[in-house]
Amino acid sequence: MSAVAPPSAGDLTQEQLLEAYRVMRTIREFEERLHREFATGEIPGFVHLYAGEEAIAAGVIAHLRPDDYVASTHRGHGHAIAKGCDVKGMMAEIYGKANGICHGKGGSMHIADLDLGMLGANGIVGGGPPLVCGVGLTAKVKGTDQVAVSFTGDGGSNQGTFLEALNLASAWHLPTVFVVENNGYAEATSSAFHQAGVDVAKRADGFGMPGVVVDGFDFFAVHEVAGEAIERARSGGGPTLVECKVGRYFGHFEGDQQTYRAANEVEDLRRDRDCLNAFARRVTEAGILDREALDAIDRSVATLVEEAVTEAKASPDPTPADVLTDVYVSY
Amino acid sequence: MARTITFQQAINEALAQEMARDETVVVFGEDVVGGSGAPGEDDAWGGVLGVTKGLYPQFPDRVLDTPISESALIGAAAGAAASGLRPVAELMFVDFMGVCLDQIYNQAAKFRYMFGGKAVTPMVVRTMYGAGIRAASQHSQALYPIFTHIPGLKVVVPSTPYDAKGLLIAAIRDDDPVIFLEHKVLYTLEGDVPDEPYALPLGEAEIVREGGDVTVVALGRMVHLASAAAATLAGEGIECEIVDPRTTSPLDLETILESVENTGRLVVVDEANPRCGFAADIVAQVSEQAFGDLKAAPRMVTPPHTPVPFSPVLEDAYVPTPDAIAAVIRETAGSPTPA
Repeated sequence: MSAVAPPSAGDLTQEQLLEAYRVMRTIREFEERLHREFATGEIPGFVHLYAGEEAIAAGVIAHLRPDDYVASTHRGHGHAIAKGCDVKGMMAEIYGKANGICHGKGGSMHIADLDLGMLGANGIVGGGPPLVCGVGLTAKVKGTDQVAVSFTGDGGSNQGTFLEALNLASAWHLPTVFVVENNGYAEATSSAFHQAGVDVAKRADGFGMPGVVVDGFDFFAVHEVAGEAIERARSGGGPTLVECKVGRYFGHFEGDQQTYRAANEVEDLRRDRDCLNAFARRVTEAGILDREALDAIDRSVATLVEEAVTEAKASPDPTPADVLTDVYVSY
Repeated sequence: MARTITFQQAINEALAQEMARDETVVVFGEDVVGGSGAPGEDDAWGGVLGVTKGLYPQFPDRVLDTPISESALIGAAAGAAASGLRPVAELMFVDFMGVCLDQIYNQAAKFRYMFGGKAVTPMVVRTMYGAGIRAASQHSQALYPIFTHIPGLKVVVPSTPYDAKGLLIAAIRDDDPVIFLEHKVLYTLEGDVPDEPYALPLGEAEIVREGGDVTVVALGRMVHLASAAAATLAGEGIECEIVDPRTTSPLDLETILESVENTGRLVVVDEANPRCGFAADIVAQVSEQAFGDLKAAPRMVTPPHTPVPFSPVLEDAYVPTPDAIAAVIRETAGSPTPA
């Protein structure tokens, strides 16, 4: 008998675990591929990659129903994939194509699908938190048990909109969860400086709501904390602030030379903290999933992302006349 | 059946009737109930000037006070609109747009377009504008040109109780975000208003007064000052045609152009500051599209390009007066100034 009990996977079913792994692997593959494709110069504009932070999107959104909402950030691909947005449509959008998820009108920073409760990535840091207050109000007025989750970075947590939204959510007792993805950097400025090293979660106390710090590399920890917060919101218990401590594998944007980071920082994170490795180790060591099941997901995700890129490149551009659609034009 | 009520009552009635008709209509803002959580009477204020008074007792679950957090409350309106409500958020004074503009112009105004047409944002921001009550620089501005500049927004500037009710109902039923600007001096203005609900189309100008000599385009409170000037000028033999666009977005340029085609002369009266403003926009469009019809240079009557001053003497000098409007119209008509 082993002296140490093998790690469990909580009360997650095999099916839930496979789905969580599929979501995280899809995000990773999508972002790693974008990193390579962006370097070719074929992708217009700029992109902000979520690689490294997958456990948060997967762990939180696993608790959400299709009719629940998320408001995302400029680093939004992970939330969109976890909320069920079409991966091929997202890729086509990032390439600016007519069949993109926003018909080429939005791009990486505005990926949205209202039918799936994806209120949009957001080009404005701190733009999303007030929006989820509105969604929470909708649920309350209509008497549904929907929940709205806002994702914000550590940078966004210093915007007035974030603090105003926490207060309004508390005053109105809204079914909301505010997730802060603290990846240690607001663009290039360290959280040790910009929030004076103080946990964002501590601010929750000032707004009369629970505040929890969780390891954002650990899917199981995020899943557990988010589950409690979302259940609290859904059952009328009001908002929660969840701060996930994490790290990003790429720069603020693609092309960022990241000279503000320590030389081995990302290498160390990838080796020691990687959420996919940790997840795989835990579920295989606990004997819940075998490696082959995970490998099969890896293969199917690789195929999906390969097809997404190939099809996006071959997709038609919008026509210039499309500039004038999807908005009223009176001039 | 029409009866005489005030501009303020017309707005209140539009809100009450739409809330009764449609359970997704909600009203929130700072002190729109006024007194939430306080020991005194419910609905103590009903808005800082009482415009929403009486709504809370009728719809206690759908009329909400907010913290003084304009970004949060305007953003909440955008999120609520995107998820199935028809919120009417009150931004107490339009001057406060500076603290929440991102939620209006980067969020609400752009959802439909940047999400590829798959979002609707049926929200209204009701807001008070204008000079005339000695409220000084930060509570007196006429900032509708800033909203008019933003694609995706609709902008309403009503001048009468009848228009206020019909246009507000249309704004609430519209699927795009609408900024609805109420001139604080007009709240006590009385007029005939039908008691049943009705919607007036957004983007349709009203010819307030017919005349063949000079086209005068005016908005909001300026319609009344222009009308006073026109009455004076009629006694001098100058007939003004006053066109009230009622909405700056969409803009009924057709009606303005048709009038200029008849008169050949244009004066735009605008309470907003002159640079890159509403008057400048109308003059530019008429000059570009109807240059051949013009018999005289188009003119603008606006305040000076200064902040709104406080002292009564200064504020009265700031706002265009009927005399100042009449003087410019006379010059445009080529008539001598009466002795």
